[in-house]
Amino acid sequence: MTTENKICFQHGMRDGSPIALGYFAVAFTLGIAARNAGLSAIQALIASVLNNASAGEYAGFALIAAGSSYLEMAVMTLVVNARYLLMSCALSQKLKPDTPLRHRMTIAYDVTDEIFGICVAQPGYLNPWYAYGAIVVAIPGWAFGTFFGVIMGNVLPTRLVSALSVGLYGMFLAIIIPPARKNRVIAGVVAVGFAASYLVNRLPLFNGLSTGIKTIALTASLALLAAVLFPTDTKSSAQALDSENAPHSP
Amino acid sequence: MEHNIWIYLLVMAAVSYLIRMAPLVLIRKEITNKYLRSFLFYVPYATLAVMTFPAIMEATRVPVAGLLALIAGIILAWKGCSLFQVAVLCCAVAFVVELLPFF
Repeated sequence: MTTENKICFQHGMRDGSPIALGYFAVAFTLGIAARNAGLSAIQALIASVLNNASAGEYAGFALIAAGSSYLEMAVMTLVVNARYLLMSCALSQKLKPDTPLRHRMTIAYDVTDEIFGICVAQPGYLNPWYAYGAIVVAIPGWAFGTFFGVIMGNVLPTRLVSALSVGLYGMFLAIIIPPARKNRVIAGVVAVGFAASYLVNRLPLFNGLSTGIKTIALTASLALLAAVLFPTDTKSSAQALDSENAPHSP
Repeated sequence: MEHNIWIYLLVMAAVSYLIRMAPLVLIRKEITNKYLRSFLFYVPYATLAVMTFPAIMEATRVPVAGLLALIAGIILAWKGCSLFQVAVLCCAVAFVVELLPFF
C-alpha cells in the first residue's frame, strides 16, 4: 500500500465509524425480523455480510417467512435493491477510467446508501482504498448488529434503538446539505426531494408501491428533471464538486 | 415445496452483488453526454434526500423526535459540522425529545 492509499484508508475508517454505529442499531432491528422469519443468528449474520442492504434484507426475510419461490426472491431483491444500480452508475463516474477490474469488483461488494454517500462526497476521483477503509469498519457493525438482534431480541431499550436509528439520516444530511449550501440546483433537488417524497409516502394513491420502487421512481424523475433544466457544465461530474465543496475533506 | 434458507440467502446475495457490480465493471469510461452526466451528478442528492424524509420521522417512536432531529441535522450540516458530529447530535436530539414527558 502506498502512503497515499494508506491515508485514504484511514480517512475511510474515520468516516466509516459513525456508519458502523448507525448500522449496528439498524441491523439490530433487522435481526429481530430475521429471527421472526426463522433464521438462526449465524444465517442472519451471513445474510448481512453478503447483502449489505437493509430494505433488501427486510424484504428477503419476509419472503423466507412466507415460503416464497426462489424466483420471487430474485425478482424482489432486484426491485428493492435497484437503487444500487443507479448508485453504481453514478459511482462509476467517480472512479478514474483506468481503475483496475479487481478494484471495481471489490467496491461493488458494498455500494450501500451510506458508503456510496461518503464516497461521492470525496473531492475528485475516488481512491478505492477510501471505500475499503469505510467498508472494513462498517461491515462488522452491520453483520454483528444483525447477529445480536437475533440473539438478544428486545434486550436493548427501544428508546436507545429509536435514537440510534436517526444517526443514519444525520449522516445523509451531512452529505447533502453542505453542497446544497454552495449550489442552488442541488439545494432545489434536496428541497423538492423532501417534499415529493413526503407526498408520495402520504398520498393513498401511491399506497400500492413498495418503498424501493418509490425511491427509484422519485430519484430518477428528480435527477432527470434537474439534468434537463440545469445540465452541469463542468468537465466531469467527478470534478464538479471541488475540494472546497466537499463536506469533509481532510 | 420445502425451501432451503441457505439457497434463499444465496439468491439474495447473488442478485444484490450483480446489481452493484455490473455498472462499475461495464461503465469504464467517462460519460461524455452532457445530460447523462448531469443526471448521474444529481442522483446522489436526489436519492439521499428522498430516503431521509419522511423516513426519519418513522425511525423514531415519536415522529416529532425525528422531525426535530432532521431540523437540527440540517442546521448543523449547514454550519459545517463533520459527518460524525451531525450523526451523533441528531441521535442526541431524538433521544432527548423522546425523554420529554409530553411526547
